Amino acid sequence: MAEARSGPGARRQRRAPAGLTTALPLAPFLVYVAIFLLTPTLVVVVGAFLDDDGAFTLGNLSGLVEPSALERLWNSVLVSAVTAVVGGVAGAVLAWLVVTLPQSSLVRRSVLSVAGVFAQFGGVTLAFAFIATLAQQGVVTQALRDSAGIDLYGSGWLYDIPGIMLVYLYFQIPLMVIVFVPALEGLRPQWREAAVSLGATRWQYLTQVAFPLLTPAFLGSLLLLFANAFAAYATAAALVSQGSPILPLFIRNALTSEVVLGRQNLAFALALEMIVVVAVVMGLYALLLRRTSRWLQ
Amino acid sequence: MSRVVRGVLLLLFAAFFLVPLYSMLDFSTRDLVGGGRTGKAWAAMVQDEQLRTSIVNSLVLAAVTVTLMLVLLLPTMVWVRLRVPRARRLIEVLCLLPLTVPALVIVVGITDVYSWVYYFFGSASWTLTFAYVILVLPFAYRSLDAALGAVDAVVLAEAARSLGAGWFTVIVRVIMPNVWTGVLSAAFISVALVLGEYTFASLLNFQTLPVTIAALGKSDTQASVAASLASLLFATVLLLALSFVGRGRNERNPL
Repeated sequence: MAEARSGPGARRQRRAPAGLTTALPLAPFLVYVAIFLLTPTLVVVVGAFLDDDGAFTLGNLSGLVEPSALERLWNSVLVSAVTAVVGGVAGAVLAWLVVTLPQSSLVRRSVLSVAGVFAQFGGVTLAFAFIATLAQQGVVTQALRDSAGIDLYGSGWLYDIPGIMLVYLYFQIPLMVIVFVPALEGLRPQWREAAVSLGATRWQYLTQVAFPLLTPAFLGSLLLLFANAFAAYATAAALVSQGSPILPLFIRNALTSEVVLGRQNLAFALALEMIVVVAVVMGLYALLLRRTSRWLQ
Repeated sequence: MSRVVRGVLLLLFAAFFLVPLYSMLDFSTRDLVGGGRTGKAWAAMVQDEQLRTSIVNSLVLAAVTVTLMLVLLLPTMVWVRLRVPRARRLIEVLCLLPLTVPALVIVVGITDVYSWVYYFFGSASWTLTFAYVILVLPFAYRSLDAALGAVDAVVLAEAARSLGAGWFTVIVRVIMPNVWTGVLSAAFISVALVLGEYTFASLLNFQTLPVTIAALGKSDTQASVAASLASLLFATVLLLALSFVGRGRNERNPL
C-alpha cells in the first residue's frame, strides 16, 4: 500500500503542471455524484429554509414542533431504540452462540452467510413475509386459532407500531450478528487464560474482562442499528397503508399530498430532521468505532 | 453455557427466522376456494400482465444499473490508484455518503433533477437507474476497493505501460481481468439491491417489481406473497454466491 502511494505521487511532483489533466478523468464520476447525490441533499437542506416564493423562512421548521410531527418523531425514535436494543441484545447472544462454535461448524458458517443476506433484506418482501405469518389469515394466526383458540391477530397490531418493531427485528438481529462477530472474534484467548490463571471464575472473567472490552463495540453497534431502523422506509410503507405512525411515513404523506396546509416545503423540513438525526447517530458511531479499534483488531 | 441452553436458544432463533419463510410458502399455495394446494399465485408471475411487466422492468433496471455503475466507478477507482492517489479519500467519502443520507431524503430532494432526466431521456422505467447507481455506490465501492487492494495495480500498470500499452488497454485488458471477483461481487450486490428497492420507485411512480408487489397486496395478497418469496429466494441465491466469491475479504470488513 505504501508503495502504491509513493510511486505515482513522486512522479506527479516531477511534472506538477500536468496535475489538472491527470485529474480530468475523474470528472464524469464527480459530476454524476454532484448531480444525483449532492444536489438532492442540498435541495432538501436549502428547501427546508425557503417558503413557496423562494424567500428565507423558519416557518417550515416550526412545522416540526407541531404535535403531529413531534408524535411521529417520538414514535420513530421509539421504534429505532427498541429494535436497536432488543435486536442488539438478541443479535449479540446469537453472535456469541455462533462464535463459540468451532470454525468448521456447519451451523456457524450457515448462520454467518444467512445473516449477511437477511441484514440486506428489508423492503416490501419482508412486510409480506409477516403478513403471510401473522395477518388475520396468516399461517401462524390460523394455526393458533384452530388448535388453541388463541387470537393472535387482536386489533390489528401488526399494521401499527408493534408490528413495525417486530418486522424490523428480522433485519436488525442479523445486522447485529454481522457487526458484532468481528468484535467477539477480537477477544483473544490469552486474556481469558490470563484471567483464569490469576484465579478468576468464569463469571468474573465475563463481567470484569470480556464485557468491559466489548462495551464500546456493543454500544457502537446499537447506534448503527438505530440509524438503520430510523432511515428504513420500504418495510413500514408496505406494511402500513393507512395512517403514518412514524416519521418516514409522515414524509411520504407530506410528499404525496403536497398541498397539506399549503406548506409544500414541510417535506423538506422533515427530511432535514431525518438527516440531522442520522448524521448525529452515525457521528457517534464513528467515534466509538475509533475507540473500539484500539483493542479489537 | 450448557448444551441445552445453547440448543434451545438456537432453536428459538431458527423459529423466528424460518417460520415467516415457511408461512410465505404455505400462504401462497393455499387454495382459498376449494381447499388444498394450488400454484395459481405462483403462475400469476408469468400470467399477470402487470406483474410480468414489472418483473421485466426490474430486470432491465438491474442490468442497466450494473453497467452504468461499472462504467462510472471502475475506471475512476483505477485512475485514482494509478495517477491521483491524493483524491482517494475524496472518492471514498463520496461513495460511502449514501449510507448516511437516507434514500428517502434523496427522493424528497431529487424531483427537480428528475424533471431534467425526463426532459432528456423520457420517463421510461430504466431512467430510475440514475438514482439507483447512487444507491449501490457504497456496496459496489467496497467490493471493487477490496479487489483493487489485493492486486498491485500500480506495478501491473507500469509493466503494461513500459511494454507500450495505452491507458485504455491497461484498464480494460490488464487491470479488469485481475479484479474480476470484485467486479462480480459488485454486480451481484447491485442486482440484489435494485431488485428489492422500493423507496425511489414508489415515490417517483415507476412500476418495478416491489411497487407492484405492494400494490397487489390489497387485491391479491397471495400473488404478492408468492412474488415476494420468489424475489427473496433470487436475492438470497445472489448474495450467497457473493459470499463465496468474496470469501475472506468480506469477513474482515463486514460493513
